[in-house]
Amino acid sequence: MTEHNVRNFNINFGPQHPAAHGVLRLVLELDGEIVERVDPHIGLLHRGTEKLIETKTYLQAVPYFDRLDYVAPMNQEHAFALAVEKMLGLEIPIRGQLIRVLYSEIGRILSHLLNVTTQAMDVGALTPPLWGFEEREKLMVFYERACGARMHAAYFRPGGVHQDLPHELVEDIGAWCDQFPSKLDDIDDLLTGNRIFKQRNVDIGVIDINDAWARGFSGVMVRGSGAAWDLRRAQPYECYSELEFDIPIGKNGDCYDRYLIRMIEMRESCKIMKQCVNRLLGDAKTGPFSATDGKVVPPKRGEMKRSMEALIHHFKLYTEGYHVPAGEVYAAVEAPKGEFGVFLVADGTNKPYRCKIRAPGYAHLQAMDFACRGHQLADVSAVLGSFDIVFGEVDR
Amino acid sequence: MDVFFWTYVWPALIMLGQSLLLLVCLLVFIAYILLADRKIWAAVQLRRGPNIVGPFGLFQSFADLLKFVFKEPIIPAGANKAVFLLAPLVSVTLALATWAVIPLNEGWAIADINVGILYIFAISSLEVYGIIMAGWASNSKYPFLGALRSAAQMVSYEVSIGFVIVAVLLCVGSLNLTDIVMSQQDGLGTKLGLPNSFLDWHWLSLFPMFVIFFISGLAETNRPPFDLPEAESELVAGYMVEYGSAPYMMLMLSEYAAILMVCSLTTILFLGGWLPPVDIAILNWVPGVIWFVLKGTMVFFMIAMVKAFVPRYRYDQLMRLGWKVFLPLSLIMLIIVAFVLKLTGWA
Repeated sequence: MTEHNVRNFNINFGPQHPAAHGVLRLVLELDGEIVERVDPHIGLLHRGTEKLIETKTYLQAVPYFDRLDYVAPMNQEHAFALAVEKMLGLEIPIRGQLIRVLYSEIGRILSHLLNVTTQAMDVGALTPPLWGFEEREKLMVFYERACGARMHAAYFRPGGVHQDLPHELVEDIGAWCDQFPSKLDDIDDLLTGNRIFKQRNVDIGVIDINDAWARGFSGVMVRGSGAAWDLRRAQPYECYSELEFDIPIGKNGDCYDRYLIRMIEMRESCKIMKQCVNRLLGDAKTGPFSATDGKVVPPKRGEMKRSMEALIHHFKLYTEGYHVPAGEVYAAVEAPKGEFGVFLVADGTNKPYRCKIRAPGYAHLQAMDFACRGHQLADVSAVLGSFDIVFGEVDR
Repeated sequence: MDVFFWTYVWPALIMLGQSLLLLVCLLVFIAYILLADRKIWAAVQLRRGPNIVGPFGLFQSFADLLKFVFKEPIIPAGANKAVFLLAPLVSVTLALATWAVIPLNEGWAIADINVGILYIFAISSLEVYGIIMAGWASNSKYPFLGALRSAAQMVSYEVSIGFVIVAVLLCVGSLNLTDIVMSQQDGLGTKLGLPNSFLDWHWLSLFPMFVIFFISGLAETNRPPFDLPEAESELVAGYMVEYGSAPYMMLMLSEYAAILMVCSLTTILFLGGWLPPVDIAILNWVPGVIWFVLKGTMVFFMIAMVKAFVPRYRYDQLMRLGWKVFLPLSLIMLIIVAFVLKLTGWA
């Protein structure tokens, strides 16, 4: 009897795979249906964002952040805006902060809604995505009404936001918040108690809390494993410290816990949005929505008609841009997918010397092999779905 | 010569005509059942579904047919050409062949053979060959995995379907499909004082078997939640990945023909075939074939709804359900049925 070397079955999962969430290419080594090794290949969506930002003024860099995690664009802009503001020492008026929080939470719901429903799709339920997209569509209209773009908003600028929100829009967002929980209930009914959905997610892709920390996880990925770590609470930025919301945590660190956390976080985001709406229509109904420092924030159009100084500011800001004092800073926000950070090195000119982007999805994707090894082929797509990978930010 | 003509040729011609008629009706029905499937699915998902070709999209399936037929078939370079093209033919032929014994009304079967149910069982068991051939001949990895899965899946669920059918046969005492329907004229309902009604049909007296049969039927025809051979999020399209144009259409056609087969089998075995639901004169005047189609469509509606809201089982879970839940359950039910029949002397 001679000995044979049995070669395992290698398959390419992606880059054109319906469950690969964009342009991910996983090289899977299979022993029958069991996954022996997962090798993520990235870079198919690399655009050199970080390098491009080095050749742009600070304001011109903003739109690049929309194109990272394109599912929740404004959350990324937020991190960059915070970093620049830290360097410049700018104070944002409360109305601007509330608008930013409101739109950050819209971004969180946009992202979670997409992720939860596509996670369902990854385990074979094709209906939830279409239910979820109905609501996402409404949210994108809110984006459009605020800044004119459904996705690539360029709305959060260093210093505040680009334009004020009309009161009708704020009221409409409030009305939307009232009906959204019932839509979530519908998705809950379809998935949360579903036995097949549970069988496909419970105890799949379990990540221990120590592993989660060691692998640089953040956001839902650590909260699913049981750590109450949320930057909105842990190191509050904007006016999050004044707002009331809960941070759900999981117990088992499996795909199902991550699903549940996202479902609850959407409800919490809805609560935060409601509080913002109430304040935007109440004590912060009027007032500036961005910093009043004319050296950073462009003047109003009306002002430009009357003031020579404003006109000069406008010209300078839209040609040369503002100079940022030399130094380095790290600013992070709790993006829907985890800690999204921007590390800026300024050399005193009008362009960043270096802009390092910390995308949460990048760290999560690295754990694919760790989380999938020994699982079945079908679990790879379930785990990938629960990791919430968006390739815009992984490849940058 | 005359004798030869009247004894052999003429009956053969009649049978050919009947077969053609049934085939045309069946294919047109499949075209609309496909549309219904898409429409039902769309309605659940808050979409409109096909609504461009013809009023309410009624001609969508025919437009699709034309598209598939006029497209260029592409055969992958590494594929085994003969088997690759044979596979869709095999599946479509087998899927349509089962219809020969289905009685749509009293005496409306093309071949009213004594072992009708065995014939169906035998032919539908062969259907797995179409899938295995398709997966193997593609010489590609996803189709190969899909074919492996479907082979295991279809074999596992056929076992419990077999036991369900045996239980029905015990109650009927015949393998002939017409007899199976006729025996449902009196049953539980007659004993309850409502003779010739829907309570007489087997679905009530053999309710657990009815459920097992329905679910196993989903698995047998690769419908969600058991659509593993073509699981979109894992295997892209499973054994059909490399297919396009007319061969792909044939694979789809055979799939839907098999689904309709399960619907009509459910109707015959459990829902009283062409029998009207209640013994009222008006309902008795309605031709039996209409009742048959109505019942079959109702079963199909259930199958379509299942597709709309269930996730997909994983491979091992599917196997566990088949071997560890359905098989023992149907076996136990079979024993109980046999005991009851023997003790009460109803059979």
